[in-house]
Amino acid sequence: MAEAKVAPRTPPSKRDWSWRSQAFRGLIYQILAVVLIGGVVWWLARNTSENMRVRGIKSGFDFLTAPAGFDIGESLFPFDSNDPYWKAFLIGVTNTLRVAVIGIVLTTILGTLLGVGRFSRNGLVRGLCQAYVEFFRNVPVLLQLLMWYLLFTELLPSISEAKYFFGFFISKGGLSFPNPVWAVGHLWALGGIAVGIVLAWLYRGWARRSFEATGQERSMFWVPVAIVLAVGVIGWFLGGAPSEFKFPRRGEFSVEGGGSLTPEFLAVLLGLTLYTSSFVAEIVRSGISSVAQGQGEAAQALGLSKGQEMQKVLLPQALRVIIPPVTSQFLNLTKNSSLAVAIGYPDVVSIANTALNQTGRAVECISLIMLVYLITSLSTSIFMGWYNSKSAIQER
Amino acid sequence: MAETIVFQSLPARPAPTKTEGLVPWAKANLFANWQSTITTFIVGGVLLYFVPQFLNWAILTATTVPNADACRAPGVGACWGVITEKYRLIIFGRYPLEEQWRPLVATLMLLALLIASCTRAFWNKWLLVMWAVVISVFFALMYGNVLGLTKVTTDRWGGLPLTIMLSSLSMVMAFPLAIGVALGRRSKLPAIRTFCTIYVELIRGVPLISVLFMASFMFPLFMPQGVTIDVLIRVFAGLTLFAAAYMAEVVRGGLQAIPKGQAEAAASLGLSYWQTQGTIILPQALALVVPSIVNNFIGLFKDTSLVGIVSLYELTGALGLALNGDADWRPFKLEGYVFITFIYFAFCFAMSRYSLWIEKQVNKSKQR
Repeated sequence: MAEAKVAPRTPPSKRDWSWRSQAFRGLIYQILAVVLIGGVVWWLARNTSENMRVRGIKSGFDFLTAPAGFDIGESLFPFDSNDPYWKAFLIGVTNTLRVAVIGIVLTTILGTLLGVGRFSRNGLVRGLCQAYVEFFRNVPVLLQLLMWYLLFTELLPSISEAKYFFGFFISKGGLSFPNPVWAVGHLWALGGIAVGIVLAWLYRGWARRSFEATGQERSMFWVPVAIVLAVGVIGWFLGGAPSEFKFPRRGEFSVEGGGSLTPEFLAVLLGLTLYTSSFVAEIVRSGISSVAQGQGEAAQALGLSKGQEMQKVLLPQALRVIIPPVTSQFLNLTKNSSLAVAIGYPDVVSIANTALNQTGRAVECISLIMLVYLITSLSTSIFMGWYNSKSAIQER
Repeated sequence: MAETIVFQSLPARPAPTKTEGLVPWAKANLFANWQSTITTFIVGGVLLYFVPQFLNWAILTATTVPNADACRAPGVGACWGVITEKYRLIIFGRYPLEEQWRPLVATLMLLALLIASCTRAFWNKWLLVMWAVVISVFFALMYGNVLGLTKVTTDRWGGLPLTIMLSSLSMVMAFPLAIGVALGRRSKLPAIRTFCTIYVELIRGVPLISVLFMASFMFPLFMPQGVTIDVLIRVFAGLTLFAAAYMAEVVRGGLQAIPKGQAEAAASLGLSYWQTQGTIILPQALALVVPSIVNNFIGLFKDTSLVGIVSLYELTGALGLALNGDADWRPFKLEGYVFITFIYFAFCFAMSRYSLWIEKQVNKSKQR
């Protein structure tokens, strides 16, 4: 019997340079995209340089070393109008970071409280937390900032008749508070806290090892906190226990002495904190309710106490859900602090805006603003990427 | 002798404790234990202290007479007269007074279309056609210069119509761009993926206000000599680019949620890339992310309040316009703020409820 031999089909020859080849098409698309985008960028750049030449606008960052010629309402270090622009920008950045960092700390506290409050057994607390969230997140943050600023500058008493309570003065001029006088002893206290942190860390390592060896539980939170505080206080005593405060005093026309916060700063801080807390509260709520019910039941079946159940079973799982969106809310808070320009808090946008109006260097000033925020955002997202890969569930 | 068994009915069991109604609710939710009771008294006390004061200010001693002197009288609370006097300026900005029916009609039309777009029955091709029609009619009505309508230049547009127009139109414009960028970020072609990633990260890394500054100060420099583009269009472009970056991330999230098997099945059926994306992947992905898109829209609606900083007088800006220059009414700015807060809240709250509802709708197939 003759074997019917079928010649093995040769695979279709690869047509590398044909429109039918996916790789070839992909290459063409990419070249087109690069040419198109490069062309648009080149066209914009050419127009810009042409326009600047015609209008006589100088370009370059050399203006940064010229004297700024304006004063800044509040700054962490001294500044006067003869100082160069770069120093003004630096003050803007520190002011932005100041309001952002304090705002983030307050937002975390308030947002967590409000989020946990949604699970309260008390109906009044539950209802209030929900009403807070619904109200504050549905009103533009700019409007809230403007409203707080109005309240601070119109409704409070004028500075000569500032309201006084417990060492604090509050008026249209802002908030004055008792300020500790800096002494070398404070350095000792700080050193003590640093030593305490190291000791607490050592303690935690020991406690974990002893738990794994014997199964005996030791407090992993309160004892370390107590160690840090105790060593800090010892350091403070060793440093001579400096406890001198500068108290604000009612002067002839204004409140003098002590530390003070301007109404602009307070309005930005309060507005951003209250607005962002409503988002954080929602995230915390949905994070806690995202942990499957069986987890809590399983923890109880194993005989864990209510506290252990929360600390060892529910919270670690909820945090994994909560942290990424909360970080993006912190970034939003930082970016929203740019709205301070609307009420005159000298943040980086506000200072860049002034510099822009004075020098006319729009491209440079706006690039500086974007650069500052981009560095903040990108470094945060790199950190978050690292954190996420570390905390992701280890799957087989 | 047989005992006689006397039948005795057992005493009736007590009625089950009531679980409905006000008293049982209060018992369970306000006075469950001593901690809860104390909390109720503290929180209730604070509320009882502040709420009557607020109501007294806002309603009982308030006046609605549009007369600044009546508001300054002692013992008068909120001065809603500032609203009755200035509401047209606050809501319509500097639009000419006798022509204000035009923004009113145009905005109502836009709102009707927005509501229609939120209804599933209308999610088809005709919706796109309707958007094109309504947008052209909107601009014709607002700008005029056709059909005997007088011309109203864009610098006089303002108030609520501007807020609604800026947010809804830039969202609609951003939508196709966002889909393109989201697909680009998942593309296998490295150059396209890099461009899309850079665009999204760049825009999401900077605050909206810097994008608006760019639209306002830098955009004129980008254009060739002699070409000037209206500030409204520039801000539009800025808002669209901004919204598209955020929406692209939302769409990308939806794309990632579709199992790989869907695309593989489509490929084995011989569908091309665009057929696969257009008929298999995108319809499923977009249905998943509708709630997030609505949330994005709420964010954009609130963010339009920022365009006031580059001197476009939308609702927040129009309030400043109405009150800052008027020494009589300036002291009653707080009432003005409360008024527009209420407007923003009404819109955003309605949309967030819609977002919750639609979330339940799209998840219906997953519910058991």
